[in-house]
Amino acid sequence: MLTDRKLRGTGSPNGPVPLSFLGQGLAAWVDRQARFLFLLPAVLLLILLSIFPLIFSVYLSLVRFQLVPGGFRFRFVGLANYRKLITGIEREHFLGLLASPAPLIWALAGVIAAVLLLFVIRGMVRGRSTLPAMAGRAVFALIAGTLVWLILRTLTSGGRPGSLVTTMVYVFIGITVQYWLGLTLAYLTSQHLPGRRFFRVVFLLPMMITPVGIAYMFRILANLGIGPFTPLWEALGLAEVSWASDPWGARIVVMIGDVWQWTPFMFVVLLAALESQPLELLEAAMVDGASRWQTFWRVTWPQILPVTSTLVLIRMIEGFKIIDLPNVLTNGGPGTATESLTLHAFIAWRTLDIGGSAAVAYALLFLVTFMALSYINLVHRRLAGAM
Amino acid sequence: MRRQLRLSLALLVATVLVSAVSVPAASSRPFAGVTVNVLTFTGPQIAEPLQRRGPAFTRLTGARINVVTVPFSDLYQKILTDLATGTNSYHAFVFAPQWMVDYVTPGYLEDITMRVSADRNIQWADIAPFFRNFSASFGGRVYTIPLDGDFQMVYYRSDQLRRFGLQPPQTWEDYLRVAQALHRKDLNGDGRADFGSCIAKKRGAQSYWMIWSVAGALLQSQGTNQGAFFDVDSFAPLTNNAAFAEALRIYTETTRYGPPDELNWDVGDSRAGFMTGRCGLSLDWGDIGTLAIDPKTSKVKNKVGAVILPGSRRVLDRRTGQLVACNSTTCPHATGGVNHAPFAAFGGWSGGINKAAPARVKDAAYAFMSYMSQPAQANVDVTIGITGFNPYRRSQFQNTNLWVKAGMSAAAARNYLGAIEASLGSPNMVLDLRIPQNQRYQQVVLDTAIAKLLAKQITIEQAMKEITDGWEAITNELGRDQQSQAYRSALGVKR
Repeated sequence: MLTDRKLRGTGSPNGPVPLSFLGQGLAAWVDRQARFLFLLPAVLLLILLSIFPLIFSVYLSLVRFQLVPGGFRFRFVGLANYRKLITGIEREHFLGLLASPAPLIWALAGVIAAVLLLFVIRGMVRGRSTLPAMAGRAVFALIAGTLVWLILRTLTSGGRPGSLVTTMVYVFIGITVQYWLGLTLAYLTSQHLPGRRFFRVVFLLPMMITPVGIAYMFRILANLGIGPFTPLWEALGLAEVSWASDPWGARIVVMIGDVWQWTPFMFVVLLAALESQPLELLEAAMVDGASRWQTFWRVTWPQILPVTSTLVLIRMIEGFKIIDLPNVLTNGGPGTATESLTLHAFIAWRTLDIGGSAAVAYALLFLVTFMALSYINLVHRRLAGAM
Repeated sequence: MRRQLRLSLALLVATVLVSAVSVPAASSRPFAGVTVNVLTFTGPQIAEPLQRRGPAFTRLTGARINVVTVPFSDLYQKILTDLATGTNSYHAFVFAPQWMVDYVTPGYLEDITMRVSADRNIQWADIAPFFRNFSASFGGRVYTIPLDGDFQMVYYRSDQLRRFGLQPPQTWEDYLRVAQALHRKDLNGDGRADFGSCIAKKRGAQSYWMIWSVAGALLQSQGTNQGAFFDVDSFAPLTNNAAFAEALRIYTETTRYGPPDELNWDVGDSRAGFMTGRCGLSLDWGDIGTLAIDPKTSKVKNKVGAVILPGSRRVLDRRTGQLVACNSTTCPHATGGVNHAPFAAFGGWSGGINKAAPARVKDAAYAFMSYMSQPAQANVDVTIGITGFNPYRRSQFQNTNLWVKAGMSAAAARNYLGAIEASLGSPNMVLDLRIPQNQRYQQVVLDTAIAKLLAKQITIEQAMKEITDGWEAITNELGRDQQSQAYRSALGVKR
């Protein structure tokens, strides 16, 4: 049988390979490689800008920077930078001062431990649970339990939060206030009220300003003695009150600035979500005689839940990196009261404790990853699934 | 045609003449085409005179001066990373001479000993010996040119002290008494209650120098070579004893008589507070003296007095760690039973040159620093408050006319210069810490602990432990012998 291949030559050592076949082979090879070639710049960029710094910073967290004649060197110190944070001289700065637990704290911790234990056991008794899933639940329970224990002991009387807990306070309280404030404003401007177009623009303005600018503005606004509102504070008898000298006063001012800056982000996304809900559902609710509250709670709220979940996730990841406001407003003070993890790392870096700075940055990365994964698994997927 | 020819000839002659004139002019501008990048901190102080005098220097030499500024808290690290990474974007630096050790050891700073010797215009001998031999030098070689003289002093409102029948404070207990007496009184006639004492206590600013101004007299009594930071023999920190506890108590107590936001005040705020007449006392470098005569900002012109840092009638017995009363043995340098220990905090802004800069740029950078320090410029700049430069040349102390011409009364000038000279001449002067990575000891560990103490986050005992443990950890990390040797070497300076 005379095949097409025989007609064109074999391409074997027995005979010459026709040019046309070579061309086709090359073209096919180039076709096969093209996808890699097109991907290569992006991959290289990713490796260069993300993977390499990530790996190199692991190395940095294991070394100490030293000046030596002729330049500098990195001395390998193993886990000493992490030990310094957990058990060494930076412990109080990073973890805070742990108060002796009062009976109420023990009771609260017991309840939380029981809930976490129940969570792990429930996962185990479920027939479908795989070993990695069970291990994941156990790890989650362990880390969550430790963090809750740390929060309880540092935020109660006699304790003092370190940069780790302070960051969590900024994130959880800040996001809660930002979300509800943003939702309220979005709901109001989605109604047919006079001036709503104007307020939509006004509410967005803080998001357009650079964070350092906002921090400086708040520094002036929050100065009760020489700020623009001094006459008002004097009239209220508050001119001699110092928020900057009080740890919680300073933290609250930082959070107010953060809320002012990020509520517009919540506002604009939630406004889009509110305006994109199907009108038929709202009209049906109206026809059925539902009140405004019932319409919001039963119709609108479930509609915007997936957006809410994503919004909270994005803000949470972003919120953990807060630095501009505490840095400009208080320089992390009074004491270390307003220091976030990023500011803690920045101050260490600024003083050439590069290894210590990298260790704090990795602690932050671990925390953000843990929080984001927990949130995705425990909240986000359920909400998305419910829809 | 003939007319055109004449015109052409005239043009030719004119061109030749202009060229003839401009060639020598160009050769008298030896650094034409050179740009010197000078890094210092965000002013207006320090950067202002450099920027103001840059154009005049350009006209003289042709070199363009480009002043780059960064926040004070970033300056140390910015200089070091620029040098250590080989970026070398800056050719000269105006910085704290106490950081010099970290720049000289790796070989980043240009040794300017020979340049200074060959430079008659700088009038090196006119610079006070302390600034020449300590601030500008390291290991017997000269690395920086002093542009500023720094001693901390106490300023008081002379009119208010007269009004209330008070005397300028001689001891820190006196300071507290005067502050208490002036607190909540209207000191500037605006009908509002003002403050007894204003000190820059903000974290990440100048607070860690302020505490040592208080502690110095309690910790050091046997002369400069005794040192006020570490024990010279064991290199144990002097931060966990009755004297340092007392210093922390006094420093904390001054907050009671300060403005409500004092913990968030840096020197810019405390100076503004003093200039607007809101503060009865302040602890600062020489700047308040000259800022007070600026008619644009000051409401206290000729109402300001200055004294050497208050002292103590009790000092540390290093053997027992307890406080003992001053006598001829325990306080050989005491005046009237009071041990004074003026603190040469910071050491005065000084200009250094990047060794890796191109040769011509280094020449231009040196010429600029020399120009800034020469009496023709410096003796004017030290009388202007905004410059941040304080007197450091003998001629500046001797010539009262300079100060009177700047707007100070003769009595105020004598008082102001007298306080600085008393500090400069003290045999018990406290030298600022100049050991490798001193910035970590002071700007990180000490500053953080003091900030936490002032914010009532920790007690005095906890603060002392935190500072001691932190300092020991840095010492152990960097090597006790090396640090101890550097400390002894710094204290052994001949003044």
